[in-house]
Amino acid sequence: MSGSKGDRRKERIDRGIKVRSDSVYAISSWKEITYLIAPRLVLILGLALAPLLLSAAPYWQRVVSIICVYSLLAIGFDFLANYVGLVSLGGGFYVGVGAYAAALLNTYFGLPPIITIPMATLLGAIICTVLFLPCLPLRGVYFAIVSLMYPLLAARIIEALDIFGGTDGILGVDGFSNVWLEQYFLILCVLVMVFALRRLVEEDIGLVFRGVKDNDQAVKASGININEFKALGVFIASALGCLGGACLTHMYMWAGLSQFALDFSIIPIAATVVGGGGTLVGPVLGCMILVPVSELLRDFGSLRIAVYSIVLTAFIVFKSEGIMTYAARKYEQFERWVEI
Amino acid sequence: MDIIIYGIINSVSLALMAVGFTLVYGVSRLPNFAHGALYVLTGYMTWILMNRMGLNYIFSAIIALGLTGLIGAAMYQLVLIRVRGMPISEIIASYAIGLAILEGLRWGGLKGGTFRLPPFIEGSVNIFGVSVDFQRIFVVILGAAIMGALWLFVNSTRLGLALKGMAQDERAAMTLGIDSDRMAVTATAIGSMLAGAAAIILLPLGSIVVESGYHVLIMAVAVCIVGGLGSWTGAVLAAFIIGFAQILTVVYFGAHFQAVVALLAIVITLICRPSGLFGRQKELEERV
Repeated sequence: MSGSKGDRRKERIDRGIKVRSDSVYAISSWKEITYLIAPRLVLILGLALAPLLLSAAPYWQRVVSIICVYSLLAIGFDFLANYVGLVSLGGGFYVGVGAYAAALLNTYFGLPPIITIPMATLLGAIICTVLFLPCLPLRGVYFAIVSLMYPLLAARIIEALDIFGGTDGILGVDGFSNVWLEQYFLILCVLVMVFALRRLVEEDIGLVFRGVKDNDQAVKASGININEFKALGVFIASALGCLGGACLTHMYMWAGLSQFALDFSIIPIAATVVGGGGTLVGPVLGCMILVPVSELLRDFGSLRIAVYSIVLTAFIVFKSEGIMTYAARKYEQFERWVEI
Repeated sequence: MDIIIYGIINSVSLALMAVGFTLVYGVSRLPNFAHGALYVLTGYMTWILMNRMGLNYIFSAIIALGLTGLIGAAMYQLVLIRVRGMPISEIIASYAIGLAILEGLRWGGLKGGTFRLPPFIEGSVNIFGVSVDFQRIFVVILGAAIMGALWLFVNSTRLGLALKGMAQDERAAMTLGIDSDRMAVTATAIGSMLAGAAAIILLPLGSIVVESGYHVLIMAVAVCIVGGLGSWTGAVLAAFIIGFAQILTVVYFGAHFQAVVALLAIVITLICRPSGLFGRQKELEERV
């Protein structure tokens, strides 16, 4: 910084309407109400209308469901990484557990999807949380490494012991009764989860979560058991993943080893980074961009993952804030250059 | 007897896989998740140089090693340097690079058992009544040689001492005029070359497959966690513990459970002694 004349810096100031609509007085005028509701309505209506608009193309309708499954996973990853501070590279594990739980409940006990999905979500989340319990004291790198191993090992153990149908997987799972039900159920799940989690992290408990992430010693010193909160965080994230996995099983009417696959670990991460970590909406946005691209690249096989990884690296290096953070900034603030 | 011999061979292989990872982590606090990818990449490059360009084995191995070193340095200089100090981004970025390399190779046609490096010398020999092929003996000899060379390098050359200084206390090292970024690049390059060296020594035992990239990464990480990240003595000791545990599992329980040993070792270590066997420099509060 030379400090010579003519140096400029960018100044960012909140828009007046943003400041006004921050408080309860937002309801005093339609303008402020619209300002607050518009972006949320775009998301809700966009998701709700997608199946209708795509009803001419059944293949792309299916893609909407897949976007929702990945979105659930990505929201879970975002929550766990940016609010609890646990980077989980093993999203595939949650999906796999949820998928197998739903498939087993459906084929062995003959329960219909409407019962298996909530049960698999709950059961799967409990299983995941219990299995992750020993690793919870870990932080950062260490948790990432261990969580990376879980899906790989789970697939290998199922293969080795030849349980749950071994390499063939579990066939003959019931499908959704119709495609609209499947789509709107998933869309509803995504929307509820996004808004619920956004609310949750603003509550007191969200403060503790962020405390665990930023300075766990301080949280410990306040007499709060950090492992309990980490377990709760893992429970929430894995419940989201298991929900996605359970829906996936009923969508494809099949549960198999490929549900522990790398796709489920890497796409949510990429979506979170692209969409904007810490916003919880960003991951959904990221999925809407990345999953259709992935479908277009389906013919190229594993090149998809390579493409993702490159996009991911590029975003993390050059645009680490992500699309959502960027858009929110533009929406809420105006920028101008000022002389120093 | 065969348990002891194969246990030693397995342990040295594990130590070879892990030493590059622990070097990079020790010096620059950077978990190089692209480690396994570099391992496979070196093997593949050696194969290409030998079979497509017609170079001889030693030449192509050396060129591939050099290239891997360059790739490692470039990876640090171009990408990782920008996210240093942000653990989440470091992990994701290096893992993404590794995935891009591995899945790119898979797309480029690296699959099945067609890609093989020949052993250095064919044949086998009897040691105490156990038949061991020459390649496995080479693994032990070269593994020991690499460890020895690394130990000498770190303890008696200027560059090595600078790296050691960085590993012990980065700020103090910087006040003594050691350029921390240059050292980190050097460490990443050396670490990548060590991954490559492990590949060239170990890959003739099997064929070059993408999956071994993930396998090597997991084993490297397991060894480093059990040994205590950043500690080389710990890594070697941990390699022997996990190596023998694996062989014993294979003999008494079956080969399927070999993969579980690593995770179990990690979990037990983390519960009983969270900073690893020799994890002195990275104290408890830092990692747990």
